[in-house]
Amino acid sequence: MPTRKAAAGFAGCVCVMVAATLLLWGQLPGYGVGRPPTLEEIESWDVIVGPEGKELPPGEGAVMAGREVFSLRCAECHGSEGQGADKGDALVGGEGTLTGTRPLKTVGSYWPYATTIWDYVNRAMPFDRPGTLTHDQVYAVVAFLLYLNGIIGEEEVMNAANLPLVTMPNRNGFVPDPRPDLGEMDRAP
Amino acid sequence: MKDRVQSNQSESFRRSSRRRFLKSSAVLAGVASACSDSQTVVDPNPGTLGVPASAYGQRSEFETSVRQITPSATPEAGASRTPLDDSFGVVTPSALHFERHHAGVPRIDPTQHRLLIHGMVERPLILTMEEIFRLPQVSRIHFIECSGNSGSEWSNPRPNAQGSHGMVGGSEWTGVPLSLLLSEVGVQNGARWIVGEGADACRMHRSIPMEKAIDDIILAYGQNGEAIRPEQGYPLRLVVPGWEGNTHIKWLRRLMVVDQAYMARDETSKYTDLMPDGTARQFTFTMEAKSVITFPAGGKRLDGPGIYQISGLAWSGRGLVESVEISTDGGRSWLEAQLQEPRHPIALTRFRLPWEWDGQEVTLQSRCIDETGYIQPSREQLIEVRGLNTRYHYNGIMIWKILADGSVENAYA
Repeated sequence: MPTRKAAAGFAGCVCVMVAATLLLWGQLPGYGVGRPPTLEEIESWDVIVGPEGKELPPGEGAVMAGREVFSLRCAECHGSEGQGADKGDALVGGEGTLTGTRPLKTVGSYWPYATTIWDYVNRAMPFDRPGTLTHDQVYAVVAFLLYLNGIIGEEEVMNAANLPLVTMPNRNGFVPDPRPDLGEMDRAP
Repeated sequence: MKDRVQSNQSESFRRSSRRRFLKSSAVLAGVASACSDSQTVVDPNPGTLGVPASAYGQRSEFETSVRQITPSATPEAGASRTPLDDSFGVVTPSALHFERHHAGVPRIDPTQHRLLIHGMVERPLILTMEEIFRLPQVSRIHFIECSGNSGSEWSNPRPNAQGSHGMVGGSEWTGVPLSLLLSEVGVQNGARWIVGEGADACRMHRSIPMEKAIDDIILAYGQNGEAIRPEQGYPLRLVVPGWEGNTHIKWLRRLMVVDQAYMARDETSKYTDLMPDGTARQFTFTMEAKSVITFPAGGKRLDGPGIYQISGLAWSGRGLVESVEISTDGGRSWLEAQLQEPRHPIALTRFRLPWEWDGQEVTLQSRCIDETGYIQPSREQLIEVRGLNTRYHYNGIMIWKILADGSVENAYA
């Protein structure tokens, strides 16, 4: 009798396991957790701008307007002409220094994409009040920085169409990670 | 009352056995002076009740080990370092885990926090934390290391292990596999990368290749058995095993599935390695094999010749630490250290080796060999290949010099 009981118990267990497995499969791949976001919600997360600039929002900014925004919101940390100060990196200069013993990596000498400047200023600047510049102000500040670095002229106005077309001086300065570049030699016996 | 009596008896037994032990030690040592601090210890507060139970524990008031905060003109974009030289084992206490912030630690109410997953997906999703908790979870032990860790050792060597190597920590991380959420939303053809974005004031973001995203990344909400600390990304962060710390986006609020790297500021202007020829290496994600002796280490002092236990930590972003070797003769010969088991892949691994100091000036160094056969290089080898213009991804062998007076300093300082 104990054997029959055990057999019945075993069969019961198998049934439960099969049922549980089916239930699990029934839930895959969808767990049904979460909901689709509304368009407004996606927009409220703001943009992440890639190197093609296709996410750039409408708006525009001139170099001269950028000088004004920069002096009010950026110069305290970065210096009036973007030369850098205690709190903020230098944003100008450094061309020709990347192979020297004191490389100066700035927007002009190092950053490969103008779209990255727009994205970073939009999301992270000014340091103490990030995200408070209007899109027009961001275009203007980026235009001013490009002008300071001799990349665009003083009369230029930047917008979603022409910003991705700007070729930064160090655009081709980046290479993929080649590591391991050392550390795989045979150990001495 | 009965308990009290038993307690007193056992206390008296402990004291007498301690006396016996000390007595026999003295006999074995045969040196009376060795017993100068071996007098019988008497409980200084007999009959004094301790404090009652507490709702959230604190460490002993006698413990003073703290994170070392890097001075900064903008402290919200700053860092603190783990006191590795005071650590035991392989887990970093959450309260001592290094920090690196770019716009301060945000205050996030988890009931208000949302994770948005969108971009090149079939079914965009917005999730609450409660919903994320309902998904299958995993726990894994991994290190996180800032790629700027030991950056000082290229050209400005630090005096102790906390300063030189303190931007690494080891934790048990609990959360949801990212691969599960990606299959939940349905990744479209042509999607090659994901962009993770934090809810800190600067909305810091990084691009991560899809191969890694569907491999072993965790959306973590637990650290060492409790909710992740605010400074570690509360309530949700990415854990990207073995990759540079900056990719482990804290305060995660968005995953965007895309067709290419998005060239964020922190993957172009920062965290790239400028080489002597003026090119810069980009997307140098993996933190390569590395080790550091945490005792004896800079700032410590040996109390005269005799037996000591060398101890330290090793790790590799490529998997298991296979072995750790220690040299006490300037790298001419190497001894294999004992590794604390069980070892975990892509995790801090404790190594130990008993060692007798003869009182002479000597150097101690360790090198990590990982499961791929990679051998931690020397500082000289690193500089020969990469020059001195990068501040990131330093994994050179650390050498401590022990002076005749027992003090320990960075041999490169």
